[in-house]
Amino acid sequence: MKTRLCSATKEVIIGDELPTVLIGERINPTGKKRMTAALEAGDLEVVRKEALAQVEAGADILDVNVATAMIDEVVMLPKVVQAVMDTVDVPLCLDSSKPEALEAALKVYKGKPLINSVTGQKDSLRRVLPLIKEYKAAVIGMTVDDEGIPNDVERRVAIAHKIVERAEKLGIAREDVIIDCVTMTVGADARSALVTIESIRRIREELGVNITLGASNVSFGLPNRDLINSAFLAIAIAAGLNCPVINVVKMRPTVLAADLVLARDKNAMRYIKAQRQGR
Amino acid sequence: MVDLIKIKENVIKGEVDEVRDMVKKAVDEGQEVKKILDEGLISGISIVGDKYESGEFFLPEMVIAATAMKEGLKVLSPFLLRGDIKTAGTVIMGTAKGDIHDIGKTIVGTMLEGAGFTVTDIGVDVEPDKFVEAAKENDADLIGVSALLTTTMMGMEDIIKAVRGAGLKAKVMIGGASVTQEFADEIGADGYAPDAPSAVGKAKELVKG
Repeated sequence: MKTRLCSATKEVIIGDELPTVLIGERINPTGKKRMTAALEAGDLEVVRKEALAQVEAGADILDVNVATAMIDEVVMLPKVVQAVMDTVDVPLCLDSSKPEALEAALKVYKGKPLINSVTGQKDSLRRVLPLIKEYKAAVIGMTVDDEGIPNDVERRVAIAHKIVERAEKLGIAREDVIIDCVTMTVGADARSALVTIESIRRIREELGVNITLGASNVSFGLPNRDLINSAFLAIAIAAGLNCPVINVVKMRPTVLAADLVLARDKNAMRYIKAQRQGR
Repeated sequence: MVDLIKIKENVIKGEVDEVRDMVKKAVDEGQEVKKILDEGLISGISIVGDKYESGEFFLPEMVIAATAMKEGLKVLSPFLLRGDIKTAGTVIMGTAKGDIHDIGKTIVGTMLEGAGFTVTDIGVDVEPDKFVEAAKENDADLIGVSALLTTTMMGMEDIIKAVRGAGLKAKVMIGGASVTQEFADEIGADGYAPDAPSAVGKAKELVKG
């Protein structure tokens, strides 16, 4: 199953047997004091720099999130999306929990973006899916519903089914739904990553859809987080994850090595090239 | 006689069975319940809190220590209810609407229980009205609200408004990854704490008034 996303000039394809697509996570003020302050002051220079740095580091797609306490996302998200489009040519992933902000950003976006995200919650399905249909976008569906994040595989798989069914009913193609199985920290519950991995495997098997994941949550509260993130990422890729949302600078080597091991890098050329370039 | 220092050490190590058995034994021997609580359980979990804060301990160590402390507390609770010890205050803990992160508020809740508070945990993704209802029902002194996301953090103001609007005496304390003292001041929260150990100190301060 192939998900096609594009900017005004560039197409990115996510799909079986293809190299893992890297979605850069860094344009997001959560936990970043400098970016928060800059965005709140309307200064977009930090965003432009972060966009360039991630694409230079090998990001295929950039996630764009501007949620801070003081910002009106409906005004700010389209502005930042425009600034990023003016700076780099990769497709974008428009990220907000507010449907109004998503719509405002969809209006200025040139190409076919990814929307982050719809959940299995009633309001979210009702408000986000029609936007995906209207603007011919693709969407990330998170396996969360009105009851919260299920701690078992069965219910996560059931939510994925529900999201895909609801999307198809509206005429959204299945390949335009990418599922995020959600990660919790193994620091609080030793089985939490296993539940995510098993959900990925099941959803790939039953629905055939592409899979994304924000992987860094897995290591919260633990020492040497990059090491855990890296191991988890490789295991999740083997289970079916094919477009993770990550810190590209830190995690690209892991992804390239995992792709090589899984025979998605013919003659190892992508891996060798990256190693020669020192990234 | 069970050495209370041993209870403390086993809380720090997160030895659930040992803590439960030693607390039982200490009670059977007729050791003072308040002493078992203070010098065994609370002093143990406080050290774990400090070590977590300083980066020496990690989340799993905090979680098992909290579990061990809770087991010990279960053994003591029938005696505590009989009025041997007064509760330090009644607290409602929950995560703000739209937010499903529960580790933070659960750890703070556990630390507060360890410090002698009576804690009612009302879960994650909680509507402002639910906080008000729970505070009324339990005659709460304090409401603790957690939010990890910048977006859901904005909903904390609605909770404070709802609590004030209902004319409750309960004070509101907030925390979470994106929350700051400035934000707490801006939305009119009574208190803020950057981590679990300092949340305990803040809660004591707020309840005293």
